[in-house]
Amino acid sequence: MKKITVTMLVMLLTIAMLSACASKGNEGKGEEAAGKGSTNPGAEKIYIPIISKGFQHQFWQAVKSGAEKAAKEFNVEITFEGPETESQVDKQIEMLQAALDKKPSALGFAALDSQASIPLLQKAKDAGIPVIAFDSGVDSDIPLATASTDNLAAAALAADKMAELIGGEGEIGMIVHDQTSVTGANRRDGFKKQIEDKYPNIKIVDIQYGGGDHLKSTDLAKAIIQAHPNVKGFFGANEGSAIGVINAVTELKKEGQIVVVGFDSGKQQIDAIKSGKMAGAITQNPVGIGYETVKAAVQAIRGEKVESTIDTGFYWYDKSNIDSDEIKAVIYE
Amino acid sequence: MTIQNDTGAVQTGGKRAVPIIKPGAMQQVLAFASLVILVLVFSFSSPNFFQFTNIVGILLSTAVIGVLALGSTFVIITGGIDLSVGTVMTLSAIMTGVFITYWDLPVPLGIVGGIMTGAVCGLLSGTIISKMKIPPFIATLAMMMIAKGLALVISGAKPIYFKEETGYSKLALDSAIGKLIPGFDIPNGVLIFFGAAIIGGIILSKTIVGRYNFALGSNEEATRLSGINVNYWKIVIYTITGTFTGLAGVLMASRLNSAHPSLGSGYELEAIAAVVLGGTSLSGGKGTIVGTVIGALIMSVLTNGLRILSVPQEWQTVVVGIVIVLAVYADILRRRKK
Repeated sequence: MKKITVTMLVMLLTIAMLSACASKGNEGKGEEAAGKGSTNPGAEKIYIPIISKGFQHQFWQAVKSGAEKAAKEFNVEITFEGPETESQVDKQIEMLQAALDKKPSALGFAALDSQASIPLLQKAKDAGIPVIAFDSGVDSDIPLATASTDNLAAAALAADKMAELIGGEGEIGMIVHDQTSVTGANRRDGFKKQIEDKYPNIKIVDIQYGGGDHLKSTDLAKAIIQAHPNVKGFFGANEGSAIGVINAVTELKKEGQIVVVGFDSGKQQIDAIKSGKMAGAITQNPVGIGYETVKAAVQAIRGEKVESTIDTGFYWYDKSNIDSDEIKAVIYE
Repeated sequence: MTIQNDTGAVQTGGKRAVPIIKPGAMQQVLAFASLVILVLVFSFSSPNFFQFTNIVGILLSTAVIGVLALGSTFVIITGGIDLSVGTVMTLSAIMTGVFITYWDLPVPLGIVGGIMTGAVCGLLSGTIISKMKIPPFIATLAMMMIAKGLALVISGAKPIYFKEETGYSKLALDSAIGKLIPGFDIPNGVLIFFGAAIIGGIILSKTIVGRYNFALGSNEEATRLSGINVNYWKIVIYTITGTFTGLAGVLMASRLNSAHPSLGSGYELEAIAAVVLGGTSLSGGKGTIVGTVIGALIMSVLTNGLRILSVPQEWQTVVVGIVIVLAVYADILRRRKK
């Protein structure tokens, strides 16, 4: 009985301490926001929070560096944050809420779920905060501009390259990061549609989703190769998926027998392309995405006109052009 | 009832007054039978399932979760839980990367360092639980977050890669057996998993730690009253779990030849599922290492088989969930009959 009381007491204390911390934090933020509201906005440095889909992956770090570059150039203050995994839609909504509470001058936002964020974005619009979407779009006309890669076209280019590399016929497999995000669905559909429309002799035997988890993607790709021993090519739709495919091919000792096409960059993909394990990959321009987002936000704050879609571009890279200046500028280790 | 069963089984083991199958082993036999049935079903459904490379693939994909599950078995037998194994595994992998890649330490030292990282986390969890009297669920939940954050801070939110010349990936992927017996290329990762299982089995069934482990799970108060330093042994047991977790991190980093700070969340639940499938009771006092190995194998055979049959992924997860319910229910029915 005594033990339970002590346990309860400790728990209560912990909760009390935690809530004290939390309320303190809120107070701090409240004061900050109030401070911002009371002073003359013209004298204050413009503040633009960027809510990303993640921050751990190298891709997001590259986006962040582009955003920071633009922030420096236009002399504005930015913060860059995102949830830990790309399935934490709820956490991202909380971040969005917190960012809006700070009454920013503009907002950069990459939606994990394009529907879930609409009510909050509507609030931003009502408050006169310009919203710039990046990476994946939002199904609404609230964002003034969307800075992103045309994922459908990028994946279609990957399909063309794949077809060319395997000689226009045979079985291929796909590992995609997820079926619910816009990038996952668009890359899958762009690739699949291009193969189905243009290359009737190529058959996609299986599409599996590994959540961008390297280890899970490895085991998935191995199972597909096991189930379809004649598979000639493999497309990995993001960094984790592509690395998984390379691991699977290496572990099954099928190097050189299976054509691997990847997406995005990162040290392991770059090494695989240099060593020939991977035929090539599509890279987006993550630094450009970050840069254009902040730039469009600044333009919107100044009341200048912004393009509603900013195509930040994509590139095919392989052994032949990986060291060129054009590619070096858009890939990251 | 279960308490008596287990201690009873240990005692009767000495008297040899046992039927062909020990009562305590029944669950393992059942689990093993379901594993065999699964393998048979998949083998008949697809010619590509029962092939050497695929079986090896299944074993290798079991290794990381399997080692995690081995460690979790210890705390679950005490009636506790360790939610931190997924992210502590990640932290161990990151530390291995720091030791080998950043500090240029020799690979064996790096491996020991990675395993020690896990052990230290386990030691901390155990200390928080026994000295500060914070329930295991909360204490390890906190450790889960601490480890996750530290992994990100230490790595700078970037993956750490192992240099090719260190040969670190050979730890999991090379085949020592394949060199002795040509064509029998079972990767080292699988051997390490089975080796860890044997060590875990010995600790649990042949040592004083194992005995106190069951005693704690059966009746903590009685154990304390019989003069056993409950707090000390709890810390020991959580440290053992941490050590296995560290080993899992080392294995994962080796298989990927890199340490990723973002991996590992959610792995703890898969490990717990494997433990439960193997007949270990979440209320403590009952469980075996063999059961956990079989449980982990059931999980990976199931996912691999469903993938080979091209069952849509959404349904694969549903099937795994249903199998867990059925397996645990079968165990409960069997025990109720007694």
